[in-house]
Amino acid sequence: MNSLPPMVKPARALGKLFVRSVTLAHGGGGKAMKDLIDDVFIRAFDGRGLPLEDQARIELADIAARGDRLAFTTDSFVVDPLVFPGGDIGKLAVCGTVNDLAVGGARPLYLSCAAIIEEGLAIDELREIANSMSATAREAGVKIITGDTKVVQRGCCDKLFLTTTGVGVIHAGTRLGVDRAQAGDVVLVNGMLGDHGAAILCARGDMMLEAPIVSDCACLHGLIEALLDAAPGIRFIRDATRGGAATVLNEIAEASGVAIEIDEDATPIRAEVKAFCEILGLDPLYLANEGKLIVVAPAAQADDAVAAMRAHALGRSACRIGQVTGDDGGRVTMRTTLGGRRIVDMLVGEQFPRIC
Amino acid sequence: MKYVEEFRDSAKARALVKEIERLVAVIGPNGRPIHIMEVCGGHTHSIFRYGLEGMLPKSIELVHGPGCPVCVLPMGRVDDCVSIAQDEGVIFTTFGDAMRVPGSTKSLLQAKADGADVRMVYSPLDALAVARKNPDRQVVFFGLGFETTMPSTALTILQAEREGVENFSVFCNHITIVPTIKAILDSPDLRIDGFLGPGHVSMVIGTAPYAFISSFYKKPMVVAGFEPLDILQSIWMLLKQIAEGRCEIENQYARIVPDQGNDAALNAVNRVYELREFFEWRGLGSIDRSGVRLRKEYARFDAERKFDLPNVRIADPKSCQCGEVLKGVIKPWQCKVFGSACTPETPLGALMVSSEGACAAYYQYGGLKQSQAAE
Repeated sequence: MNSLPPMVKPARALGKLFVRSVTLAHGGGGKAMKDLIDDVFIRAFDGRGLPLEDQARIELADIAARGDRLAFTTDSFVVDPLVFPGGDIGKLAVCGTVNDLAVGGARPLYLSCAAIIEEGLAIDELREIANSMSATAREAGVKIITGDTKVVQRGCCDKLFLTTTGVGVIHAGTRLGVDRAQAGDVVLVNGMLGDHGAAILCARGDMMLEAPIVSDCACLHGLIEALLDAAPGIRFIRDATRGGAATVLNEIAEASGVAIEIDEDATPIRAEVKAFCEILGLDPLYLANEGKLIVVAPAAQADDAVAAMRAHALGRSACRIGQVTGDDGGRVTMRTTLGGRRIVDMLVGEQFPRIC
Repeated sequence: MKYVEEFRDSAKARALVKEIERLVAVIGPNGRPIHIMEVCGGHTHSIFRYGLEGMLPKSIELVHGPGCPVCVLPMGRVDDCVSIAQDEGVIFTTFGDAMRVPGSTKSLLQAKADGADVRMVYSPLDALAVARKNPDRQVVFFGLGFETTMPSTALTILQAEREGVENFSVFCNHITIVPTIKAILDSPDLRIDGFLGPGHVSMVIGTAPYAFISSFYKKPMVVAGFEPLDILQSIWMLLKQIAEGRCEIENQYARIVPDQGNDAALNAVNRVYELREFFEWRGLGSIDRSGVRLRKEYARFDAERKFDLPNVRIADPKSCQCGEVLKGVIKPWQCKVFGSACTPETPLGALMVSSEGACAAYYQYGGLKQSQAAE
């Protein structure tokens, strides 16, 4: 009996996608899907030559050597348009998850990425986004080690949704918490607020306004490491994403049972963003950010914290914006430019442009 | 930001507040506070945003008037909007802050979530652009607002006429300010000592139409701009009139507002609209000749004629005291349902609807005053 020749699984050649846009076949689990994953994601994520399995495996010893707690987070990204001044959905997905780990004091290590793609999305656009994810991850020193791809019918999602899950390790001794703010603490930010929200609104074109505003989308873990080194007593850090700075301040005030007062004149907002908000009747304190931190530091370490942020490229405009004024709280107020005071409350729903 | 920052100078604001305090002392205590109504929702917004109320002497009470067009929109009209929007062939376009106004069953935001094609636009011209891009759909613009926004809707209709756009129409809910101020002045429980006149409306109609307020009702008015120094200066000008025993219509916002109004805007308004016999307002009831509709010549752009509307009158909830708040009889937080049954998430009354409404503004920005009053 002639024996069959041994099965040799040839490494799949890359660059097999000859169509211009994603079709339902790319989600079917067969060759087309394998081609899409190989040619777009594996190629972008530097995973060439690795066997593709259902899970990534991480050495526990390696993790345990870096800290005493595992940090684990997940976030989904839906943004219109997919590419905007200062970033794209891929960069946003990496930065967002890296930042969610880092604000808890963790060193981000690994990410997973799930993509839900609407049929019809241009392969080139998807490739550009995957490459952007890869470049952002490489710069941040994190690896994208597993993922999932689904293709849905036209109309069942808006072009592309990404979900990134991240793991990181927290150094022994780092203790941060939203309930740790105390009367006398100082509230800091690492720079201009509202850039991302304004950039997205401009890029959407709904408002028929053009403004030279670029998203602040960035991975902040390097800045946070420098910050915690310089001011280890920091009580709390959070990136002020959807809901903006006002929402984070309210969460701190409520969880810590404190009152917070910020100073309008000290709150850094770019002139273009201010003007954009003036025209539309929006409040920049509620605009989303993707590279801005709200930091609560004990007064004695506030100057060191500001200095450490200013020494970092992502914190050049760092400053104090206010302080924790008492324990009687849950209320955030603003001392206005004019010298009056107003409440800065949680936003109800979405901000809508006003009629006049 | 030049030409804006100058109107937010804190040193000048402090100087104005001192002058206001001096005038209040000259006027002297007469047993009750001086009630000043700012007619316009934009003023209400600025007053809260800059914390102006807390900077003023306690004897000045600001009454937040009916000037938020979103707030005073009756529920039945929102139901009409929803009905049009739910027509499968329709793209319904609206200013953003009208999306959340509750109808008797749902808001436009909820209608959108339920599948209606509701789109937010920033001007009626954007809505016309949507109509050009979608010739196979009917595009309806929700025309809303006082004389401030009335001309832009009129000019858009004239533009649509010139271009021969057939699939564009306006659901006209524009309202007019003078009968509204008159209705407030006719109220038997009126407690207003003077008015801050609506700046943007006056940019269109000028100051002359307000003459009856000083001549007949003997109340002073100062047409005011929207920057914080504009508002403080206007309050100072009003108090000066009261202190000097004068009663006039003055124009603080002269850099924008011509006394005789804007001819081009008024021409467009007069060409396109005619007064309705009466119009229903949330919180104030029906006010004679306070709303406009499209003239017959523009019937093909009139959504009220194009669509079959429910046109049902829905009474304001009985528990709401919006009317008393609007007239300055009670403060927002003294309303029975403020902050309990009526919140910005679930507005029962007109004034809780838009961020420019007095109750919503107090809820969001004004807790300080409320808690100070309670202490």
